[in-house]
Amino acid sequence: MALLNLHLKVWRQTGTQPGHFQDIEAPEIPDHASFLEMMDIVNERLIRAGQDPVAFDHDCREGICGMCSMTINGMAHGPERGTTTCQLHMRKFRTGDTIWVEPFRARAFPVVKDLMVDRSAFDRIIKAGGYVSVRTGAAPEANEIPVGKEIADAAMDAAACIGCGACVASCKNASAMLYVSAKAGQLNTLPQGHAEKDRRTLAMVRQMDAEGFGNCTNQYECEAACPKEISVRWIAKLNRDYAVASVKEVVGIGRQQSGDGD
Amino acid sequence: MKLDSKIPSGPMAEKWSRHKQDSKLINPKNKRKYSIIVVGSGLAGAAAAASLSELGYKVKCFCFQDSPRRAHSIAAQGGINAAKNYQNDGDSVHRLFYDTVKGGDFRAREANVHRLAEVSVNIIDQCVAQGVPFAREYGGGLANRSFGGAQVSRTFYARGQTGQQLLLGAYSALSKEIARGGVEMHTRTEMLDLVVADGETKGIITRNLVTGKVEAHAADTVLLCTGGYGNVFFLSTNAMGCNVTATWRAHRRGATFANPCYTQIHPTCIPVSGDYQSKLTLMSESLRNDGRVWVPKKAEDCGKLASQIPEADRDYFLERKYPSFGNLAPRDISSRAAKECCDEGRGVGPGGRGVYLDFSEAINEFSEKVIKERYGNLFDMYERITGESAYKQPMRIYPAVHYTMGGLWVDYNLMSNLSGLHVLGEANFSDHGANRLGASALMQGLADGYFVIPTTVANYLVTQKPGAVTTEHPAFKQALEDANGRINQLLNVKGKRTVDSFHRELGLLVWDKCGMGRNRAGLEEALRRIPEIRAEFWENVVVPGSGAVANPELEKAGRVADFMEFAELLCRDALDREESCGGHFREEHQFPDGEAKRDDENFCYVSAYEYSGDLSKPILHKEALTFEEVHLTVRSYK
Repeated sequence: MALLNLHLKVWRQTGTQPGHFQDIEAPEIPDHASFLEMMDIVNERLIRAGQDPVAFDHDCREGICGMCSMTINGMAHGPERGTTTCQLHMRKFRTGDTIWVEPFRARAFPVVKDLMVDRSAFDRIIKAGGYVSVRTGAAPEANEIPVGKEIADAAMDAAACIGCGACVASCKNASAMLYVSAKAGQLNTLPQGHAEKDRRTLAMVRQMDAEGFGNCTNQYECEAACPKEISVRWIAKLNRDYAVASVKEVVGIGRQQSGDGD
Repeated sequence: MKLDSKIPSGPMAEKWSRHKQDSKLINPKNKRKYSIIVVGSGLAGAAAAASLSELGYKVKCFCFQDSPRRAHSIAAQGGINAAKNYQNDGDSVHRLFYDTVKGGDFRAREANVHRLAEVSVNIIDQCVAQGVPFAREYGGGLANRSFGGAQVSRTFYARGQTGQQLLLGAYSALSKEIARGGVEMHTRTEMLDLVVADGETKGIITRNLVTGKVEAHAADTVLLCTGGYGNVFFLSTNAMGCNVTATWRAHRRGATFANPCYTQIHPTCIPVSGDYQSKLTLMSESLRNDGRVWVPKKAEDCGKLASQIPEADRDYFLERKYPSFGNLAPRDISSRAAKECCDEGRGVGPGGRGVYLDFSEAINEFSEKVIKERYGNLFDMYERITGESAYKQPMRIYPAVHYTMGGLWVDYNLMSNLSGLHVLGEANFSDHGANRLGASALMQGLADGYFVIPTTVANYLVTQKPGAVTTEHPAFKQALEDANGRINQLLNVKGKRTVDSFHRELGLLVWDKCGMGRNRAGLEEALRRIPEIRAEFWENVVVPGSGAVANPELEKAGRVADFMEFAELLCRDALDREESCGGHFREEHQFPDGEAKRDDENFCYVSAYEYSGDLSKPILHKEALTFEEVHLTVRSYK
């Protein structure tokens, strides 16, 4: 195991006050450590030196909860493809490196403190329609709804999204299209989600816009940054589903079918 | 104190249906008048909050993460059991019930386990209807795989992330109810204390982790769905934030804590690699479907590369010792077998604390592509952490703390001895006995949340006048004062040692003396040391910053302070239980071949501890366990 001597430039910020980069020396970091364990070591040293430790979000540390964030050297979750910050290991760095550590930056993700941001906009998008309206106890026998393996696999590809927000942070427009398309796409692909497909699509896209996320201009940085490697093809599907739902809304197809005005 | 389990009368297979018939009903108009606090938003909490809101109750749900979707249930990889018998391999509710009671080494309550097996089939229906993308066969039906401790294939899965998919299902149901106005969600909010007013549980004290504000919340009943206490060991597969605070504070307010010594060590985790390490990573048990576990027969081969060790010099110790279950022997048994090999000096990797999990045979049989399809994400994760490819060389694995079977004592209605306090999922003690089988944690969390509590909570609520107690009650004022006092106390120690350094010291001690193997001398030493570490903590911990802002160090300090107290109860229970069962292995009590020796004559009971005001003198209450359906036998997987 080798030890690395690193120079960090870490974003420090308290609430809505202006932030700044702080230079922090990080000598003797084991290359087996994860990036967050490196931050733990740095924080231990800061606390012992009587300074304020760096606040960052993290929880499972195995790449699934989506809580960790950080933009490392300008890249959301750092340089390794398909990897969250917590799964990034220091062996990917060289001794003497300068590492820039920033929060996920987006208007819709305000900074809470240092590297922590508020991603509750994602929750509000799900609240707008990211579900199948089925009550507990009202479900039919599971195998009564056959789902072809290809369809189930495709839905699972979309469902792999961990809701971390790297797609937004990596996008120059801070667009949330990859996230929204994966969440809507999973349910819109499955037969269980068909009944509410149009409603769901319109509601989620409108909430996304209301939250202040930017528009998608097909740069595909999101796919490159996504720790679960969600494909941008889901964005194409969302655009199709949205177009269909909008047309139906304009000509009033959904309303007639649901018997509005009875 | 009398612990009344309230198990319904009648034959085992009819108890739950009878209980549902006999349970109280509250009419829809009156349900709206009752409010319910749900602490935690994992499988149990999210499922309960969503289902209770659908019924019409007013729900307030709390989680410490930034979103309810991030609770640690999300990390479960392998699957969820259900007695669907889609494989036509002879599975049934009775068999799942039997396997779970036996798997728990006959230390679980039969009636609870039977109910769990019954509702397991409804869970799968519910999750499929929500759009959980379970693995499918080409015909469109659901696929299954096998898991430890069972000879049938009853495990449903969604690639290697079943936990995330089930949690997202529950989270979507919860989101639907938040949108409808039935649930008020509080994220980044941690419970600091429970409020008991005139003998009834009526609320909680919380701290907003962004603003630091400490607040009181009142309701007609409180549900704790706050998970397990595995992080008492510092290193575990639990998320960093998992803690015992909610259940421990409830214990200090009068709830009995049951079977704390039943802790589960998972056999397939990535070995520890350095003292900076913050957590251990699990490799799903499902890997043991295709991976073969081995160590070199001779200690002198341990330094060689796996590929240099010929077949004849390998010891496939699980297949050798447990031929009928082989690599799928239950977790406690597999873990101890791995430890024994390493104790004999036959462990592999740095420090000699590891065994191989080898996929070469499966790759030859099915192709690398098939293995990649089954476990690709797990192999990727292994490579990221260790820098090694498990397609080219065997994985190295070692047991790690993973799950805790003990928890707050509850009756059949999931209510604690403390009136009005309900406890669901891993936070309670009820269904897994001394050892949990793989793919059963997700099942229990969802069973409690979707199907049990929506029926049983009414049995308590009908006894209460809705909204009778508000935060104006003196018990709230007192609890607020206590919580603020503790925060100030932590901030004002201003010592020299960090919270993590105390947590690490405590965890190493507890792992060493109360981990995979336990003995009297070690436990007595731990019981001597824990109060010393605790005393030093309160004299020498340093918590920077203030309580009035986001302060992650303060959060950790509060949790570690509670682990410091809880650890003592854990070791005391382990010392008191003079037998070996499931995850509790007392070295003094084993058969000559090293298998656990249970003592049914003297220990066939649940140990439920009451807080006496003195941490070193908890009051032990016993709930006798009786077995009507499954005969007490020596648990054998040979």
